[in-house]
Amino acid sequence: MSTVESHGPDPFDQDDSLIADLGALTAGAPAGLLERVAARWVRVDAAIGGVYVAMTDQGVAYLRAGQDQEEFAASFRGRFARPLLPGGGPPPALVRALRTGRTGGLHLDLRGLRPFEEAVLRAAATIPRGEIRPYAWIAERIGRPKAVRAVGTALGRNPVPLLIPCHRVTRSDGRIGQYVFGAPAKEHLLRTEQVNLDEVGTLAAKNVYFVGSDTTGVVCFPSCRDARRITPAHRQGFRTLAQAESAGYRPCRHCRPGGAPA
Amino acid sequence: MNVTETDIRLPIVAALTEDLDTGFVALFDAYRDVVFSAALRLCGRWADAEDLTAEAFLRAYRALAGYEPQRIESLRPRPWLMTILANLWRNTARSAARHPPPAPLEAAPEAADPAEPAEQVAERSETGRELAALLDELTEEQRLAIVLRHVVDLPIAEIATVLGAPEGTVKSHISRGLKRLRVLYPGRNDEHR
Repeated sequence: MSTVESHGPDPFDQDDSLIADLGALTAGAPAGLLERVAARWVRVDAAIGGVYVAMTDQGVAYLRAGQDQEEFAASFRGRFARPLLPGGGPPPALVRALRTGRTGGLHLDLRGLRPFEEAVLRAAATIPRGEIRPYAWIAERIGRPKAVRAVGTALGRNPVPLLIPCHRVTRSDGRIGQYVFGAPAKEHLLRTEQVNLDEVGTLAAKNVYFVGSDTTGVVCFPSCRDARRITPAHRQGFRTLAQAESAGYRPCRHCRPGGAPA
Repeated sequence: MNVTETDIRLPIVAALTEDLDTGFVALFDAYRDVVFSAALRLCGRWADAEDLTAEAFLRAYRALAGYEPQRIESLRPRPWLMTILANLWRNTARSAARHPPPAPLEAAPEAADPAEPAEQVAERSETGRELAALLDELTEEQRLAIVLRHVVDLPIAEIATVLGAPEGTVKSHISRGLKRLRVLYPGRNDEHR
């Protein structure tokens, strides 16, 4: 701070070491401090077309499809109330996650979420590519079995769709249900990920929501990779998990029908 | 209002009126050092000063987002930012006083600030560290007034705005604070260089 800014004699500015030493206590702001305040946006290609992504120093905070840059910026600011600045290139982990679905090495910034919302999204993030789970399964998984409707609301508020695959959560009756980017995008994504949607729909029409193998005695969701390996001759359908269990079947350890904690 | 601050102020206010986010970067670049220096000498720890500075600028952005254009045009950024910082610091200092951290097993008042970069430590003299620590002995208002006046060199009028007090009161805080520091701080007067 230069003394040029001083204005006239000041009775407190005595020419002594205390004043001089106080004046030497300034420090430059550390590099990277702006990144603690502002987010950066990038545009990346995804399975449903180009998406805009906002990142903070903590990780990816927001992803939206079907918006232009101005709409994205406006919706980001409305939700996060932070400055949004142009970013450089997207980080390789983000490009890979959107291309392959593998989210290893990708950090997410979920600070703006309520604990319930975060629990819902963390449960959704465990659903493997190529499989789907009902809303009620998420509710069971997070220990709130009656909060099925609230699960749907929390998934609808997912700030990072695709990266947290909320599109893999579907209705218990076999229909695919709603999606932040619209139901057609949800169906497109699930088919791209090779989910057996047609088979799930056919079974649901027959009131079959669980599939067991009479050789292993294991019961699964119909989209589970284990269920899809059961040969037709050994395939047993069930309307409820309780029916399967009373017939001597145990829940699959991969797809965890009934939402047993991991 | 001194000339230098007026010169800095006008392009920033113009940029803020034009585009909030671009203007915010101009605001941040112009004032980050003065806000960080004040934060560091108010809270006394490097990592806390980073938190305080980031939070102050975030609050500044959120306030600006709700301001009418006329209010932005009449903005005086430096005392305004310092007011946000001062309020944050007072609130965090008070909540820390209500919930004191557990006492360390071994008192280590001379220990280096772990978050402070090494080159910064090397540049700063032992007397500087000692003087910075003595600021803890001041009252909140004395510390605020002295840091704003003598560390970051704000004019009395701006400090009066920040403290929400008459200039005479500000001068009195400074005078009493300096008197206290002179008692505690041998400084370089005793040294014969």
